[in-house]
Amino acid sequence: MAVEWYLVLSALLFAIGVCGVLIRRSPLVILLCLELMLNGANLALIAFSRNAGNEEGQMFALVVMVVAACEVVVGLGLIVAMYRRRLPLNVDFMRGLRG
Amino acid sequence: MVEVAFFAGAIGALGGAIAVIALRNPFYSVLALVVHLVSLAGLFLLLYAEFVAAVQIVVYAGAVMVLYVFVASYVGGAEEPLWEPIPGQRLLAPLLAAALFIELSIAVLGTALRGLDSEGPKLDTGFGSPANIGELFLERFLIAFEAASLLLLIAAVGAVVLAGRRRGSDAQPSAEGSS
Repeated sequence: MAVEWYLVLSALLFAIGVCGVLIRRSPLVILLCLELMLNGANLALIAFSRNAGNEEGQMFALVVMVVAACEVVVGLGLIVAMYRRRLPLNVDFMRGLRG
Repeated sequence: MVEVAFFAGAIGALGGAIAVIALRNPFYSVLALVVHLVSLAGLFLLLYAEFVAAVQIVVYAGAVMVLYVFVASYVGGAEEPLWEPIPGQRLLAPLLAAALFIELSIAVLGTALRGLDSEGPKLDTGFGSPANIGELFLERFLIAFEAASLLLLIAAVGAVVLAGRRRGSDAQPSAEGSS
């Protein structure tokens, strides 16, 4: 399989993730859509690593996974904190920032 | 044979991704994301990234998704309200996503990079194996490795601080009074 196929697939996955972030309201699902986008980027990195014949792209993909794990941990912590304070789990109601 | 495996993985990944954004219940969205991640791991195997595929299944589809399932069942599988603040957002967003996809495809297919229409060079047998990846991480990418571990530690501490139960703040109806 040519590498182009993988790159187009990764672009499609990224676009689906963007669409999800735009149309969904629940912060949990928005985090899932962020995962979709990160995975699309991972697929592109690994396809380029295969194409170039060295493993540096795979290193990038592993570091992206670490960043995704951190984002999940902090995001889920925020969601649990929102739930504890009886705030609505809807990003449209969370538009104010307060220190 | 490779084509069949690629299209099976691609259909699984695309179907999982579409199910994530189309299903109303967040719990089912999480399960659809597991399907997506496992299919992607298959595609990684096709690209000779054995170790990344294993990490994808063990860490991502295993550990991270268990965390998601716990939080989804903790906050309850609330159905999303259909209230739209911006009129036409549900129509406009897929259009914007399609435009982004077309733009990315033009960028990929119109690039002057050599060899994108080929399979890539012939690889030696140890490509993408845990031994090679570990060697690279501990020699060439040591700073990135240490930075990643520090980042994970900070994220863990941050999550404990964010989600930790504070006295007197639980019963508050709004964000006021947070320390």
